[in-house]
Amino acid sequence: MGTRWLRLLIFDMAIKAKKRKTRSPELKKARTGIRGLDEVTLGGLPQGRPTLICGSAGCGKTLLSMEILIRGAIEHGEPGVFMSFEESSKDIAANVASLGFDLNKLADKKQVVVDYVHIDRSEIEETGEYDLEGLFIRLGYAIDSIGAKRVVLDTIENLFGGLENQAILRAELRRLFKWLKDRGVTALITGERGSGQLTRHGLEEYVSDCVILLDHRVTDQISTRRLRIVKYRGSLHGTNEYPFIIDEKGISVIPITSATLDHAVTSERISSGIPRMDRMLGGEGFFRGSSVLISGTAGTGKSSICAHVASAACERGERVLYFAFEEAEKQIVRNMSSIGLDLNRWIRKGLLTIQASRPTHYGLEMHLALVLKHIDEIDPSVVIIDPINNLVSIGSANEVNAMLTRLVDFLKTRGISAVFTTLTAGGASLEETNIGMSSLMDTWILLRDIEYNGERNRGIYILKSRGMPHSNQIREFLITSKGIDLINVYIGPEGVLTGSARKSQESKLRAEELLRQQDVERQEAFLKRRRKAVEAQIASLQAELQAEERDHKILSNNNALRLSELERGRKEMARSRKAD
Amino acid sequence: MKSQPKKKSAKSKRNGDSPIWDLRLYIAGQTPKSLTAFSNLKRICEENLQGKYHIEVVDLAKNPELARTDQILAIPTLVRKLPPPIRKIIGDLSNKEKVLLGFGLTRL
Repeated sequence: MGTRWLRLLIFDMAIKAKKRKTRSPELKKARTGIRGLDEVTLGGLPQGRPTLICGSAGCGKTLLSMEILIRGAIEHGEPGVFMSFEESSKDIAANVASLGFDLNKLADKKQVVVDYVHIDRSEIEETGEYDLEGLFIRLGYAIDSIGAKRVVLDTIENLFGGLENQAILRAELRRLFKWLKDRGVTALITGERGSGQLTRHGLEEYVSDCVILLDHRVTDQISTRRLRIVKYRGSLHGTNEYPFIIDEKGISVIPITSATLDHAVTSERISSGIPRMDRMLGGEGFFRGSSVLISGTAGTGKSSICAHVASAACERGERVLYFAFEEAEKQIVRNMSSIGLDLNRWIRKGLLTIQASRPTHYGLEMHLALVLKHIDEIDPSVVIIDPINNLVSIGSANEVNAMLTRLVDFLKTRGISAVFTTLTAGGASLEETNIGMSSLMDTWILLRDIEYNGERNRGIYILKSRGMPHSNQIREFLITSKGIDLINVYIGPEGVLTGSARKSQESKLRAEELLRQQDVERQEAFLKRRRKAVEAQIASLQAELQAEERDHKILSNNNALRLSELERGRKEMARSRKAD
Repeated sequence: MKSQPKKKSAKSKRNGDSPIWDLRLYIAGQTPKSLTAFSNLKRICEENLQGKYHIEVVDLAKNPELARTDQILAIPTLVRKLPPPIRKIIGDLSNKEKVLLGFGLTRL
């Protein structure tokens, strides 16, 4: 009997274990539909469990919970109940109308129910035992009336102000959250930030599956909203503070972690619009999808290069998005027409979009979100940001750097070529950007003033360009009425000469050359004369020699004649004397 | 208290000199707290408002939609609809002084 019982028990346990295995261990998540938040929470909020959203006044708790509710109803087919303890239904409808949602229409379609719980201590007298069954019935009825899957309680802590008996209230809240969990609704509970704890009345004690903390900080008069997942039971989540913005389209969270380094790359080249610059860049221009930094002191022509890049892209039929943080659109168009670039043509064709705004107009995150939003809408192949260091005026260098890292990574994952300009402060080292940008950049073009001989001239060189051979030379950079032109500079013992110094040096060289040429010619003429003289001398000497030789011949002939005559005479004499 | 939703005091109609008290007690099922509240209420009314009141018992378990329209949270809740202004007393009404204070009937 004992062994049989044991066998049955083991069998039963095995079945149970199998059942456990077949059930997915993964926590089910309810997508929020809010851009960025689903990424940070790796898929959404815990489904069927309560989530606490806490933060100080005005940090966007109500809006966040409302948007999650509405998006759940519209995008994910999960109707929702919004139980407000703070604002009347009318106020709430007006608030979300500013985000483009029509709450009344959603209510008519039975997608959302808004229930305003009015509670006023002055109207209520407490005597004896009670419970909050009325609230349960009310919530249960609202949930059942539309088959709600999501519930928002905003801000249930107001009950603490309305009811005297805290012991009952706490017990009932505990019961409420358990009840919500049992009903399997995804609940969002908002709570005001308290001192020393997440919420004023310690709601985190009851809601512990997921806690999201919102924060609204003002630094240098510019406010930035931030969001952090404090805890998320049973799930991994991003742990950083993520900036978020509220605009006319609702909330967007901008996760830094979504910035990855696994984007696709291409070896396609695009022209900078300046032929000589393309030649400096390995002959073909930038890589498509690369990030280019143009740095330089004031008035070195950074924006002009940007306009060239933009114009060249438009000529290829590509869309360009130009973020101008210094000049207005009309001013850019006017200024560039003075160097022969008709940007208006591309604007009219819809290829070029200039977004001009003052950096101080928004916070840094707002800027990033706006940039991303515009990129999303326009889908450009080239993005120009001119200049980036103006952003430092609204955030610390670290924040700007973090923002630009996210931006660069975003652009790279999309294969968008990006041109950034940065202004180097006078006196600062040229090879230093004030926000430590250079490591993010694939190509760094440096523009500099060359001050010499009482004038300033522009010089350009390529400090780095990843993945291509590039010129190591400084070129002089001329802005003419026909656009930018690069010319060789004079580099000699006196250093780099540009502008009129280069011109005078060139003419000096030309004069010297002429002089040398004349010298050579003079020498040649002299030689010619010399040769003629020498040759004449040689001829006369030869003639003299010949005459002497001739004389000598005659003399020797005469001599031989004379000798033979003498011999003949002697023989004649002997014969006559008959000598023997 | 019985299960029918409305109970009326028989003597409520004839007393023209002072206004009729229109009271509504919200409960959710026949819980001990609700029963206590009802008997307490009945007693207080008989003692202080004899012939001038009219109690209506609303069971939210049967009419859950009324919780929203009548702004009810706690159970039991007693609402004085008349005379105005509307007053709410929550709890089992075990403290008579507090109920009278809530009604503005205290004789102290």
